[in-house]
Amino acid sequence: MADKENGSKKVSRRKFLVRGGLGTIGVVAIGAYIFRNPIRRELLGFANSVEAPFTDNTDRPMVWFEVTANNEILLHSPKMEMGQGTFTGIAQMAADELSVSMSQIKVVHAASSTGNVDSFATGGSTSISGLWKPLRELAAMLRVMLIKEAALKMDIGSDELLVKDGVISGNGKMLTYAQAAEGVENWEVPDVPALKDKKDYKYIGQPVPRVDLDAKVYGDPIFGMDAEMSDMLYGAVVRPTKIGSTFVSADTSAAENMPGVVKIIVEEDFVGVVASSMLEAEKAKDAIVVTWDSYNSLDTSTIKKMMTVGNGNSTTIQKNGEAFREDDDFESLEFRSPIGAHAQIEPNGVVASVEGDSAIIKISTQVVSITRKEVAKRLNLDTEKVNIVPTYLGGGFGRRLHTPHAVQAAVMSKAVGKPVKYFFSRKEEFQHDMFRPPTHHVIKGKLNSEGYLDTLEHEFVSGDVATDSALIPNALTNVLGADVGAIRGGFIQYTAIPNFKTVYWHVVLPFATSWWRSLGLLANTFVMESFIDEMAIKASKNAVDFRLQQIGEEPIDIRLKNVIKAAAKKANYHEEVVNGRAMGFAASIDANTPCAQVAEVSIVANEIKVHKVTVALDPGLAVNPDQIRAQCEGCVIMGMSAVLYEQMFVEDGELIPTIYGPYQMALMKNAPKVIDVVLLQGKDTPGAVGEPPLGPIGAAIANAVRRLTGERLTELPLKISRASKL
Amino acid sequence: MEISLTVNGVLKTVAVTDVNTPLLWIVRDTLGLKGTKFGCGKAACGACTLHVDGEAVRSCSFPVKFAEGKEVTTIEGLGNRDNPHPVQQAWIAEIVPQCGYCQPGFMMATAALLNKVPNPTDEDIDKNIINVCRCGTYYRMRKAIHKAADLQLNRESNESKEL
Repeated sequence: MADKENGSKKVSRRKFLVRGGLGTIGVVAIGAYIFRNPIRRELLGFANSVEAPFTDNTDRPMVWFEVTANNEILLHSPKMEMGQGTFTGIAQMAADELSVSMSQIKVVHAASSTGNVDSFATGGSTSISGLWKPLRELAAMLRVMLIKEAALKMDIGSDELLVKDGVISGNGKMLTYAQAAEGVENWEVPDVPALKDKKDYKYIGQPVPRVDLDAKVYGDPIFGMDAEMSDMLYGAVVRPTKIGSTFVSADTSAAENMPGVVKIIVEEDFVGVVASSMLEAEKAKDAIVVTWDSYNSLDTSTIKKMMTVGNGNSTTIQKNGEAFREDDDFESLEFRSPIGAHAQIEPNGVVASVEGDSAIIKISTQVVSITRKEVAKRLNLDTEKVNIVPTYLGGGFGRRLHTPHAVQAAVMSKAVGKPVKYFFSRKEEFQHDMFRPPTHHVIKGKLNSEGYLDTLEHEFVSGDVATDSALIPNALTNVLGADVGAIRGGFIQYTAIPNFKTVYWHVVLPFATSWWRSLGLLANTFVMESFIDEMAIKASKNAVDFRLQQIGEEPIDIRLKNVIKAAAKKANYHEEVVNGRAMGFAASIDANTPCAQVAEVSIVANEIKVHKVTVALDPGLAVNPDQIRAQCEGCVIMGMSAVLYEQMFVEDGELIPTIYGPYQMALMKNAPKVIDVVLLQGKDTPGAVGEPPLGPIGAAIANAVRRLTGERLTELPLKISRASKL
Repeated sequence: MEISLTVNGVLKTVAVTDVNTPLLWIVRDTLGLKGTKFGCGKAACGACTLHVDGEAVRSCSFPVKFAEGKEVTTIEGLGNRDNPHPVQQAWIAEIVPQCGYCQPGFMMATAALLNKVPNPTDEDIDKNIINVCRCGTYYRMRKAIHKAADLQLNRESNESKEL
């Protein structure tokens, strides 16, 4: 841009925006453009093989750091904190390169006004791996810049200065970072300095406590649901209960004169009411009679019929050697997974204030950039005039990749000229979720004379995950050839098998399905690892040895073998039933992170009881081993909840159930008493963590049940049949 | 209509248009204490758990009229950074929260359990701690509940020694 004359320094200088005196004395904000990558590569990151880097599309610089007057570093995070521990990991990375203590780093969600907006999303288990290099480089640059200014102020050479805990000292003198930054108008921007040696890191690699721990233990108001604005009103939106409803008309006469009602808003795509209190808004909403054109008689069996391999369009996503001929003699099994709800505990909610040509939106969102663009488009505002102020998320899991409620709140705010807060009821959360799509799978295998697989074929059908979502426009889905979400976990990892093939079938469902933590991984791994186990039993081979023999020799294959061996060893895996308990084994690779699990299971009161789960994970370099363990524990429990209990039904055109309890989920009593996590480091950079451990749990449990009862369970949620009940 | 209740040790009188308004909304919106969470509105998830006269109550389905004249304790009153409750100390020691949204409800349910059953077994925990956590922090929570019981028992025995 303006720095052409700087010759060879052009690139690094153009990367930086440096401002002195921002707001308070001693504040410096630096920002940068980082790595523009073709979107295709970014998308393929979701398709299992490439780690998606952090990318940015904005033309404006982004504010990353501020040095405050009391010598703290504010880190504006473009990634949202939804429980996955990203804030803690990036604080560790920044603290080490900045040479400050953990307590001096304050991580905040970057408001979109900082420009530090992730053009994509917080998701796909990419936050730490994507920020690993650029964030440390930025922190190191800021450190060098501050030392340079301190050197000038103290009249000492930079080389003679040492930094510790944000204090620069040398030759008997010292300055804090804040003092070094104070009053500086023109910063000298260095080239990217060499990063510290890993052995010199004080925090990276350590199990430091979460930076948000106190706020979450003392009940601080940090969530979207807790957000307020002064003089705020409450909104509510009328939603249909039936799938596929379209708006015909609304009779608002009864609601108009109800207590507290300020305004009723009828738009072409929603009917909303604004009132003085939330309860008044809800009551008025119930009094609005909307006519929907919606009659349909869909039920679960109709959906299952639609969701059958052979329906829709197919894409071969993987092929090696020869496929089966029709007259071949092979083993075949069919599997199914149900519709799953996100069921995050914090309902979707938002506070919006539209005033003149600008808007402020406080919201739990995984897609700041999309939320911003959608609000700007609907209200015909300049995108730069829409400030999204993200909050902590009371669970994300993919649900908050869709934020049309931000648009609705903004429309209502504009209509009443005041800030409006509104959030979903739990019934609305369940009926208007963007569900995990149901799937159906047909898998076939044939053993060779040595008892290993000669041929393996997996065909599966899924509803949309990525297709047609706001994140990935349809055109790009077509470029990629298949739904990058639905096929996650769908690639056969036993590449030493001479002949294998994976075919994906795409069916569009009459209701919205979308991203649910780990996407296709949960169902695809359940199917593949159940079938592999069945073939090992048929071949009379140990299930671990059977797997190890059929994995290739690429680096990722070696890492997979290592987690398999580590899990088997740590769990003391065996195939006997001992004291009414059996073990089940499963392994998967997701987003380049291999994971193996052993589940120890018994049948108690005719139900599957999981006593212990051993997890071996190779996430690469572990920035925070404790939070990686926490993610493994959480994935095991969320995964077993999904595979043992959860399912949505369709009845008379409605998605049900609409409340926790009837939507059964794992509770304390169901959680394993022991979750043993082994971390391996098969590469020297951080990899994906937040989703990969969701892969193996379903098959690990089902395989244990198979060893225990002889029954091969092929449908989620897993229920033992009467015949096999012990 | 006015309702008087003690919230975290302070007597409050609140004006309500409907005495059946759930206590949750009085605590959150009238009194501005946001630590008690809305999850489902049907007493099905426990995110809104607080104490009324020491008993764990799911406040989203508890009409405010029943709190008249009673002692209400929320997460903000359970303990604070200077004087944490043993349950909060244990939660910090075990690094329990992930997203954190359901955690106040679980901590309030745990504190109420420990008042009744000072040293709960795993079975006691399974039977009494029946809130929903979507992040799946139950494994650490169980450890934290046992730790909180130890901390509380030690604190009580130290206090009795001092007397």
